[in-house]
Amino acid sequence: MGFLGQLLDPQQWFNALQWGSFYALIALGYSMVYSILMLFNFAHGDVFMVGAYIGFFVATGFLVLASAGIIPASGWLIFVLTLVLTMLLTSFVGMAVERVAYRPLRNAPRASAAITGLMVGIFLETGNLALLGASRRTFPSLIETKTFQIGSVYVTNIKILTIVLSLALMLALHLFVQKTKTGMAMRAMSYDYAAVPLMGVPMDRVIVLTFALGSALAGAAGVLFSMSYPVLEPYMGLLIGWKAFVAAILGGRGSILGAVIGGFLLGFIEILVAAAFVSTMRDLIAFSIVLLILTFRPYGLFGEEYSARLRI
Amino acid sequence: MKDWITRLLPFLKRWLGGLPLGSWLIGALVAGLLEHVFGATLSYALWLHSLPAIFGLSVILSEPTLIPSVVLYLLIMYFIPMYIVARLSAPFVRRVEQHFSPRVYIIVHLILLYLVLQVWGTVDEYRLLVLRLLGVGIMLTTSLNLVNGWMGEFSVAVAGFMSVGAYVSSVLMVWGFVNDDVFGPAVLPPSLAPFAFPFVLIIGGLAAAITALAVAIPSFRTRGDYLAIITLAYVFIVKSAVENIDYIGGPRGFMNQPPVASFPVVFVWTVLALWTIYNYVSSTYGKATSAVRDNESAAEAMTVDTRRVKVIAFLTHAFWSGVAGGLYAHVIGYINPSSFGLVKSAEVLGMLYLGGLSSVTGSVFGTVLFQLLAEILRPLKLAKWLVIPVILILVMVYRPRGLLGFREVQFPFLTAKKKEVEHAPAGN
Repeated sequence: MGFLGQLLDPQQWFNALQWGSFYALIALGYSMVYSILMLFNFAHGDVFMVGAYIGFFVATGFLVLASAGIIPASGWLIFVLTLVLTMLLTSFVGMAVERVAYRPLRNAPRASAAITGLMVGIFLETGNLALLGASRRTFPSLIETKTFQIGSVYVTNIKILTIVLSLALMLALHLFVQKTKTGMAMRAMSYDYAAVPLMGVPMDRVIVLTFALGSALAGAAGVLFSMSYPVLEPYMGLLIGWKAFVAAILGGRGSILGAVIGGFLLGFIEILVAAAFVSTMRDLIAFSIVLLILTFRPYGLFGEEYSARLRI
Repeated sequence: MKDWITRLLPFLKRWLGGLPLGSWLIGALVAGLLEHVFGATLSYALWLHSLPAIFGLSVILSEPTLIPSVVLYLLIMYFIPMYIVARLSAPFVRRVEQHFSPRVYIIVHLILLYLVLQVWGTVDEYRLLVLRLLGVGIMLTTSLNLVNGWMGEFSVAVAGFMSVGAYVSSVLMVWGFVNDDVFGPAVLPPSLAPFAFPFVLIIGGLAAAITALAVAIPSFRTRGDYLAIITLAYVFIVKSAVENIDYIGGPRGFMNQPPVASFPVVFVWTVLALWTIYNYVSSTYGKATSAVRDNESAAEAMTVDTRRVKVIAFLTHAFWSGVAGGLYAHVIGYINPSSFGLVKSAEVLGMLYLGGLSSVTGSVFGTVLFQLLAEILRPLKLAKWLVIPVILILVMVYRPRGLLGFREVQFPFLTAKKKEVEHAPAGN
C-alpha cells in the first residue's frame, strides 16, 4: 500500500489521532507558558515523564487499597481517581519548576531562563534515575483492553478513551480560558504583559496557574500514554517532549488552538510516514516536513507575527 | 554592592601582573619537568595511591582524608617551584620581552604554554585525553558564542554541526588511510595521514557550513525564537539521517579513525579557532553582528546588511563546530549518532552560559571550569548530573549573564605592550 493508500486508511487515522493526542496535550503546556512569559519551558517534557511516574505510583497505591477492600475494586473508578490525583500532583511539580527555574529569572535575558529550564529537565531525569534505579517500571493495566471492530478497522477501548478524554480536556481548557475571569487575565497577559499588572491583576498567581494547568495536562498525557505504552523509563519525556515542542511551534507559538492542531498534525505526519516508509525514517521525514512548513509560515499555522515579538 | 568577580579581577591582575606572564610559564614548565623526575616519589611519600591526575581534584569527594596530602603535593610539586622560578626569571624575562614585537610576544607565549601543557600532559595518558577534549570543548563553546552571544540568537545546532564534521572527516580519513572492511584498502599511504588531516578537517567544517546554509536561509528572515526551533529540528534531522545511512554504520557507530589528533594538533587548532573568532568579533563584521543583536532596525539604518552579517556569523559557527567535531571523532576514535544528540548541545550551552556570553575569555574560562567541575564530581558518577544542573541554575539566578558575560579579561601586559609599540614610531 502506497502513501496515498495509508493516507486513506481509517486504521491509521485512529493511530494518528492517538499519537496526536499525546503531542497536543503536551504542546498545550508549552504554548500556554509561551503566550504569557514568551519563553519555552524546556523542562516540560520531563514534567510529562514525572507525571507518568506519579501516575504509576498513584495507580499502584490505589490497586493496593482496592485489594485491601478499602475502595471498590473497579478498574474504571481506579482509573478516574488515578487521573485526577496525578493531574493534581503533576501540577505541583510544574509550580515547583516555575518557582525554582523561572521566577528568579523573570527579568533576566530569556536565554538564561532557557538554560535553567534545560538544567531542571536534566535534574529531573537524573534524579529519577538515581532515586528509582535504571530498571524500567511497567504501568499496571487498570482497564481491561477490549478490541472493537468497526468495518475493517480494529480499535481498542484505550485508544478511544485516550482520544475522547484528550479532546474533553482540551475543550475544558478552552472554556476555562475563554469563560472565567482567570482565563481572561491569562489572555490579557499574553496580549500585553506590561499593562496587565497595572490593572491590579495578580501577575505571579496567573503565571503559577498557567504552569499548573500546563503540567496537569502533561500529567494526564503521562497517564494516558502509560496506559497504551506501559513501559516507563527516566528518559521517556525527552524525545516526546521535544516533538511536542516542535508541534506547538508548528501550530503557532502561544496559540491554544494552534497547539492542538499542531499536535494532531505532527501525529498524522509521523504515523503516516512510519506506515508508508521505513519506520526508522520517521524522524528524518517528519522533521523535514516541519522545516518546510516553517519555511513558508515562519510563525506557524495559527501564529501571528505579534506573537513572536521579542520582549526585552 | 560590587559582585565578587569585579572585586577579584583587579586582585588577580595585580598578582599576575607583578611578575611577567612569561616567567610564570617558565616556572610552570620547570615544575612540570620536576614532576617527571620526582612526581612518583613525592606522591608515594605523601601516601597517595598514584600521581594526582588532574590536580587531585577527584580526591575531594572520593577520599577526603587525602586532601591534605594532595594540597601538600600541589604546593611542593607545583606552586613553590613555579613561584621561585618565576621570581628568579622575572628580570631576565622583562629584559628580553622589551625586544619583542606584539606578534613575537604572543607566539613565544603560546609556544611556552604549549610546552607547559605538553610536559604536564605526558606524565599521564588521562591528562592528555582531558587536555584534548578541553581543546575541542573550547572550540565548540567559543564558536557557539558567536551566535548565542554576539549575534543574540539562540542556536542549539552545535551537536548537529559536530556530527556532520565528525562523520565527513572520519569517512575521508578512513577511506584514505586505513584498511577498512567497508571502505576497502587505504587509497593513500598511511604515513601521509597526519599531513592530510588538516585538509580533511577543513572539508568537514565546510560540509557542516554547507548544511548550515540550509538552516540559515529560511531562519534569518525573522527574528526571535525561530532559530532555536529550526536548529532543534536540524539536530533531529542530522541524527536521523546518519542513523539511516547503513554504509557509515548507522546506529552502530563508526570507528577505526587513525590516531592523528594528538595533543599538539588539537592545541594548534584550538589556538587557530580562538584567534579567528577573536579577530572576527573585533572586526567590522563582529561589530555589525553585535549591532544587529542590540537593535536590528538601528543597525540596518546604519547600512549594515543584517541578513548577510547574520548568515556569516552563523556559518563561521558551523565551520568551527564541524572542525571541532572532526577533532573529537579522532580523539575518541569512535562516534555514533547518539553521541551528537541534544544532550551534547545542552552540555555546550551549559559551558557557554557558565562562562558568559559575548566573551572569548569567558568561553575559555567556562569550558575549563566546567571540565574541572566534572573532574571534581567524577567520583559521584550518576549524581554528577544532579549537582551540575543545580550549580548552573544557581549561576543563572545570581549571574544571569554568566560569570564573565559581556566582558573580556584584559591582559594588562598585552595591552601595555601594544601601546608601547604604537608609541614607538612617534618617538623616533
